[in-house]
Amino acid sequence: MSWFKPADVGFAARRQLAALGLGARLFVRLLGTLGTSLRRVSLVRDQIHFLGNYSLAIIAVSGLFVGFVFGLQGYYTLQRYGSSEALGLLVTLSLVRELGPVVTALLFAGRAGTSLTAEIGLMKAGEQISVMEMMAVDPVQRILAPRFWAGVITMPLLAAVFSAMGIIGGWVVGVLMIGVDAGSFWSQIQGGVDVWKDVGNGIIKSIVFGFTVTFIALLQGFEAQATPEGVASATTRTVVVASLTVLGLDFILTAMMFTI
Amino acid sequence: MIQKPGNAGFCALITIPMSHALVELRHLSFGYGERLILDDVSLTVPRGKVTALMGASGGGKTTILRLIGGQNRAQRGQLLFDGQDVTQMDQPQLYAARRRMGMLFQFGALFADLSVFDNVAFPLREHTQLPEALIRDIVLMKLNAVGLRGARDLMPSEVSGGMARRIALARAIALDPELVMYDEPFSGLDPISLGTAARLIRELNDAMGLTSIFVSHELEQTFGIADHVIILANGKIAAQGTPEEVRLSVDPLVYQYVHALPDGPVRFHYPCVPVADDFGLSMLAGTAAQEVVS
Repeated sequence: MSWFKPADVGFAARRQLAALGLGARLFVRLLGTLGTSLRRVSLVRDQIHFLGNYSLAIIAVSGLFVGFVFGLQGYYTLQRYGSSEALGLLVTLSLVRELGPVVTALLFAGRAGTSLTAEIGLMKAGEQISVMEMMAVDPVQRILAPRFWAGVITMPLLAAVFSAMGIIGGWVVGVLMIGVDAGSFWSQIQGGVDVWKDVGNGIIKSIVFGFTVTFIALLQGFEAQATPEGVASATTRTVVVASLTVLGLDFILTAMMFTI
Repeated sequence: MIQKPGNAGFCALITIPMSHALVELRHLSFGYGERLILDDVSLTVPRGKVTALMGASGGGKTTILRLIGGQNRAQRGQLLFDGQDVTQMDQPQLYAARRRMGMLFQFGALFADLSVFDNVAFPLREHTQLPEALIRDIVLMKLNAVGLRGARDLMPSEVSGGMARRIALARAIALDPELVMYDEPFSGLDPISLGTAARLIRELNDAMGLTSIFVSHELEQTFGIADHVIILANGKIAAQGTPEEVRLSVDPLVYQYVHALPDGPVRFHYPCVPVADDFGLSMLAGTAAQEVVS
C-alpha cells in the first residue's frame, strides 16, 4: 500500500485543476484583447511578419516534399484501379482537408511555437515582464495579445502555402515525372474540390489550430519557471502538448465535419 | 489680489497638506507559505530623501520594494503610498499608483528586442499620446541625465552591465515619477561604475525632487549618499536612522553588519555538530589522545 498515497493523487489533481483554471482565465483574457489589438495593429503586423516569415521556408519545403511523396504513393495505388488521372484530386483533397492544416500546425508548433515560448520565458527570467508590470503596462495586452492574434492569422495563411506547395509537388511527380495527363490532373481538381466543404473546412481547422498552438506556446512561456531550466522544459512542453492537442482536436473536428 | 512671494498669505495659499512620509509600512507581515519574510515591520520613507535598505541576503529588502510596487501583497498590515493603502488597491488603482513610481531592477531588465532609445521611449509611448518629436527630446534629455545620450542606437546586448542599469534608470524616470526604487543598483559594478551609480542616485533625487529607496550591500557608497538608513534582520528592523546613527549602533547584529565582521550573531559556521564529533576525536579524548600526547 505504501506506493499508493491518496493524498498525492489529490494533490496532483488539484494542481492540474489549478493549471487548467489559470490557462482558461488567460485564454478568456486573450480573447478579450481583440479590440486593443485591432487598435494597435502595428504590433500584430510585426508579429505576423516575425512568425510567418520565419516559418515560411520550413512550411514551403515540407509542403513540396509531402506533395512529392503523395504523387508517388497516390500513383502507385490509383494505377492499380486504372484511375491514375484522379491523382490531382487525391493529392488536393488530402492536403486541403487534412494534411495542410495538421502538418502546418505541427511544424508551426516546432518552429514558431517554441520561439514564442522561449522568448516569453526569457523575458520572464530577465524580469522584463515584471518591469513592464511596474510601468503599469499589462504584459498580457502588450506582449501576449499581439503574438496571439498574429498566430491565429498566420496559421491559415501558412496552411494555404503548405497545400499549394504540396499540389505543385504532386504535379511535378505525377505529371512531369510519371507522365499523368496534365489536363485530367487539373480538371479533376477543378471538378472534385468543393469550396465550402473541402477548402472551407480546412480553413476552419487551421484557424482552430492557430488558436490552439499559439495559445499553448504563450501559456507555457508565461507560466514557465523564470530560470534557464524552466525555459528549456517549457519549450519542450510546448511541442509535446501542442502536437498532441492538434492531433486530438483534428480527430474531433474531422468527425464533426463528416456528420454535418 | 496678486500677492508677492514671501507674504504669509501667499505661502499659506501654496502650502499643500502633505504628510512627511511618501511611503509608510504599518505592522506589515509577509511570507511565502509558512516562511515569514517580514514580521510586523513598521517603517517610513521620508519624502524627498534618499533611503537605503540594508541587511543580510534573504532578509526581505527586495520584498519590501515589490510590496510597495504592489507586485506582492502583504498578508497583514498596511502599506501606505502617499496616504493610500497599496494592499487594498484593485488593478486600475494599482496601475495608477505605479505610474507615479519608477523601479530599477537589479540587472536593468531592458527589453532585449528594443534599442536603447526605444527602451527609454517605451513608457512614454505606452502612456502618452505625445508626438514623436517631443518623445525624442524627452528620451534624449533622460539619456543625457545618465550620460548615455551617445548610446541611443545601441541594442541592450551591446552595452555593459553598468550602462544597462543607467539606461534602465533613464527609462524609470521617463515619466517623471515621484518615487524611484532601486533594487541592488551597485551589485557587480566596477569602482568607476559604482561611483557613477551612487552619484546619479543622489543627484537625480535632488535635481528632480524625487524620493528614492535603494537596496544595497555596499556600505561605503550607501552611507555616503543616503539620508536615512534602515537595516533589516530576521524579518524585523534592526536599526534605522541617519548613516551616523546606524554606524554608532551598539546592537550586536548591526555592529557585525556595519563593520563587516565574519562572525557574530550571524554565525560563520552553518549549524552543525561539534568538530570533535565529526572527526571521531571525542572517543579519543579520554584515553588514546592522552597516550599520544605523553
